Amino acid sequence: MNRQIIDGIRGGAIVALSACPFAVLFGAVAVDNGLTVFDAALMSATIYAGASQLVGIELFGQHVAPWLIVLSIFAVNFRHILYSAAIARHIRTYSLVQKAVAFFFLIDPQFAEAIRRGESGRPLSFVWYMAFAGAIYVPWLVFSILGAWFGSMIGDPKTWALDVLLPIYFLGLVLGFRRKPGFYPVVAASMAASVAGYYLVGSPWHVSIGAICGVAVAALLPLPTVPDGTTEEAPS
Amino acid sequence: MTQDLSTIWLILAAALATYATRIGGYVLITRMRTLPPRLEQALNAVPAAVLTTLWAPTFFTSGWDVRVALIVAALVSLRYPVLVMLAAGWAAAMASRHLVGL
Repeated sequence: MNRQIIDGIRGGAIVALSACPFAVLFGAVAVDNGLTVFDAALMSATIYAGASQLVGIELFGQHVAPWLIVLSIFAVNFRHILYSAAIARHIRTYSLVQKAVAFFFLIDPQFAEAIRRGESGRPLSFVWYMAFAGAIYVPWLVFSILGAWFGSMIGDPKTWALDVLLPIYFLGLVLGFRRKPGFYPVVAASMAASVAGYYLVGSPWHVSIGAICGVAVAALLPLPTVPDGTTEEAPS
Repeated sequence: MTQDLSTIWLILAAALATYATRIGGYVLITRMRTLPPRLEQALNAVPAAVLTTLWAPTFFTSGWDVRVALIVAALVSLRYPVLVMLAAGWAAAMASRHLVGL
């Protein structure tokens, strides 16, 4: 089989491993809040963004105005605007249709691994991208449905420490970028702002607040004196 | 439970809003001919800036069980691949919950 397909599936499977408990959790909470199994499956299939799906479910349960639910989901997913801007340089070779398809699957780990691959000089081909995406998308959908079906039987995810998997995974992704210029000030700013935002404004706004502060610090940092157009070696 | 049609429309609207965020940045950035260096530097910082917000509040608002797991995972990730890091963090969380009782 094509080396890039194997690479993609292998990388995606690791993500799926840490995301599946959240898919099950999502399905279980969805049914608990009055949605049908079909609704839960439709959300995982078409929205495909874990945190915002959970926020949406929470609001479904409280019977708030529909436009407010859509706006909240948009707000939680706002960070993806930064992703699609940052990844643009790496997918110039994709056709318009390939880009349109690729952007649908642009979730946090997909973005992080794609950027890392692009910067390390390995081919960021459409084949690798879709293999990676599929290895996450299919289990995400399947485990959402299983969660909706068997939700009440799982019990507390904390007992099996499933709740720590995603934060650990995201922390690992961040550390993978530690050799990038400006890494420490950016992470410190994003950390301080997201924690402050969490306490002062509340979830989910802390994500956008932290992200904007981190990116703003990067924009204000002194520019490198020697223009560095080459890609650096990404840590593995 | 009966299937509510308005729920389906609501989900599809949310899906469309999500897709808009996933193409929005690309549409904006490709309108520019050349990227100002400061904008490029900002875009380079997107992964670290955004992904940090997905674990930092968890670290500061959770108990020591989660903190120990994250610290162990961070140290392991400096030398070992992702899967080893995940396993080490998970084991640390299990141990601090069921053996130490954090």
